[in-house]
Amino acid sequence: MGLTLMEGNEVVAWAAYEAGCRFFAGYPITPATTIFNTMLRLLPPAGGIVLQGEDEIASMGYCLGASMAGWKAMTATSGPGISLYSEHVSFAIGSEIPLVIVDVQRLGPSTGSATRGADGDIQFMRWGNSGGLPVIVLAPEDIADCFPITMHAFNLAEQYRCPVFIASNKEIGLTGESVDFDALERVPIVNRLGSPDREPFVPFRTAPGSDVPYFLPIGDQTLVRQTSSTHGENGYITTDPAAIRAANERLERKLTANIDSFSYYHEERVANAKTLVVTYGVTARAARLACRQLNDRGRGVNLLVLKTLWPVPELVIRLAAGNVKRVLVAEMNQGQYALEVDRVLKHHQVEFTGGMDGRLISPSQIVEAISG
Amino acid sequence: MDSLLNKSRPPVFCPGCGHDVVVRALDQAFRNLGLSGNDTCLVSDIGCSGLFDTFFNTHAFHGLHGRALTYATGIKLCRPELNVVVTMGDGGLGIGGAHLLAACRRNVNVTLLVLNNFNFGMTGGQCSATTPSEAEVASGFLNRLDKALDLHSVAVAAGASYMATVSGYQKGLDRAIEEAIRFDGFAIIDIHGICPGRYTRRNTLTPKAISQALEQKGHHNGPVEANARTEYGQAYRELAYRQDRAKPPKAIEAVFTAPEKGRHGIILLGSAGQRVITAGELLGLAGMSAGLQVTQKNDYDITVLRGPSIAEVILSPGEIDYPAIDRPSVILALAPEGVARRRALFERIDEKTLVIQASGVDIPDTKAEIRVVDFKGMGLKAQDWSLAALAVMAKMKRVLEPAMLDAALGHRFRGEALVGAKAVVSTVMAPGA
Repeated sequence: MGLTLMEGNEVVAWAAYEAGCRFFAGYPITPATTIFNTMLRLLPPAGGIVLQGEDEIASMGYCLGASMAGWKAMTATSGPGISLYSEHVSFAIGSEIPLVIVDVQRLGPSTGSATRGADGDIQFMRWGNSGGLPVIVLAPEDIADCFPITMHAFNLAEQYRCPVFIASNKEIGLTGESVDFDALERVPIVNRLGSPDREPFVPFRTAPGSDVPYFLPIGDQTLVRQTSSTHGENGYITTDPAAIRAANERLERKLTANIDSFSYYHEERVANAKTLVVTYGVTARAARLACRQLNDRGRGVNLLVLKTLWPVPELVIRLAAGNVKRVLVAEMNQGQYALEVDRVLKHHQVEFTGGMDGRLISPSQIVEAISG
Repeated sequence: MDSLLNKSRPPVFCPGCGHDVVVRALDQAFRNLGLSGNDTCLVSDIGCSGLFDTFFNTHAFHGLHGRALTYATGIKLCRPELNVVVTMGDGGLGIGGAHLLAACRRNVNVTLLVLNNFNFGMTGGQCSATTPSEAEVASGFLNRLDKALDLHSVAVAAGASYMATVSGYQKGLDRAIEEAIRFDGFAIIDIHGICPGRYTRRNTLTPKAISQALEQKGHHNGPVEANARTEYGQAYRELAYRQDRAKPPKAIEAVFTAPEKGRHGIILLGSAGQRVITAGELLGLAGMSAGLQVTQKNDYDITVLRGPSIAEVILSPGEIDYPAIDRPSVILALAPEGVARRRALFERIDEKTLVIQASGVDIPDTKAEIRVVDFKGMGLKAQDWSLAALAVMAKMKRVLEPAMLDAALGHRFRGEALVGAKAVVSTVMAPGA
């Protein structure tokens, strides 16, 4: 084994390539640009395509076209770009277009600070779409973790025909770390399910026993319709309230009903714990050290690192909270995911520590929040 | 060839709508070309022109206002054999202006039909980018303040390789569309028509007036010679296949033993142009050559050639949890800009920290061990001071030793760059330096 120095952004790009991604479009933005740079080295010589969009809206549009043509597609940006992605995120949700979106978060609000980290888009990724239907959001905790998280993101986008966000952070995307590249966790690849019936193809009819429609690509023998309008199974506009309600409920159910099968997390437990720290992303590193220090002093602190953030893995959170009295959510914003944890844990005291000043949350801040 | 019109979904435009004749001409053009439904994809967006895809039995992609060209580009690049035809109104043209310019510059083999009826029909007749200033529209006086966009001139200026402006009522419209589809590159046909539901309720516009206005403008229709070039997808594939395949990242073998035990944080405080980030990387590689785990974080302003440049590197025999440095083992003070950005750092360090201070670079009062080095006196340029400071560390056997730095240089550089880097290190290593 040997080590190599890689940034989180490079690892995301390599994992996307190994997951079968052959189309990338993006607009340059710090701290996400090195994903674009790496994809540009990887895809064109391998028969893939990388486009530099004239803006973020276009970058998403290129990806949606490519995905419907049957290719696995990815785009990457930061908060200001996610703002512009919104209309196409809604499109990808409502019209069930597989797509991976990397948000290398930077300090906001607005253009904020290009080279400072934050996890300020955690609710934005979930709710920044018209209609408010769910998306999947996965968060890597370190550079090596970017590999399996990115592969999972592609698998879930394919399996559930939906946009999947990777909630990275400048502190992961642009941090170099020694990794054993060959030993990074690879997961088996999942591809979208093709229709067994070619003629006539009903583009939004679900597979039996599933809430996900079969996929056929635009451009093959069988005609395929895609539309951003409110549509029936046939892909034509419908005004039938029963059909519309059923479709919208299905879009919600196809993700929320299956959350237990893609609730990725990491736990560290001690006997007789009184406190649970819940965190995600780069803050997991400080939280792990803080919990260790507290447990050395016999404070009895468990740690839950969530890697699936949306839909909220409620069962995982409830089981982890178990009999502890206090729950502390540590995150690099002003208390966004703490709202979800508080909602899930109705009978627990849920506290928050964090903040947005461009610096990492330190282990001592977490230790003080628990000791204080 | 059979009609591709969808018999179960006939056009539903207002009586007398100009779009209606274009639907039939487009179908005739498909027949002239002998196209089947599965050879063709219609891409549309919002507005009355966005209904086109439902009238045909072809592949279809209907999306957001003004974005049709972006979807069409993605589809065409992934499916080069497919005929991709976009329909867009003058509304989509305005809101998607950046996409139109990009499409003209790019030259992907997509055909754009602009269904230009000089106003927003669906929302009640507001002005669009092509509404004449003198028209009466639902936007009050606002259109009187704007000049109507001359699409033909704009597209040619932006690099369109095929541009035609035609009347929806002219004879041979199907042939005009057919020619645009046949063209191997981005082709635009701006089709002027009448919106009886909105526009001609308050304005007089007839097929004759449209033809006369077009004659007056006298635009050249067809391929634009000055913009002739290879189609984008073909050119892309040719260039792409000539790129070298990216190789997986190369690992560095762990063969050395670090001179000091434990975890060490090293902070490089320099300025832009001092190759601080590269030195941080070399330090990381040196650590990995001794089997250490490494993290590297960089801090710099987004202006490229001025301001502070800082690298924070952690080397550790075990897993690195919190990737920030509270108490650095070594600080390299290489430029005033970097020192100024981290002044507070000097207050909290003690004699356990080594500061390698380039002469001439002031640092705040500190309890740390200080080693002043006259890099300039050694004849080294400021761009080499970061690497030279690593060599000082190696010479002192602090955190790394010379063999580790040598391995890092061999991993990172080739040819002249390697020779140059080794020369810098030798200068520092020379006895008495």
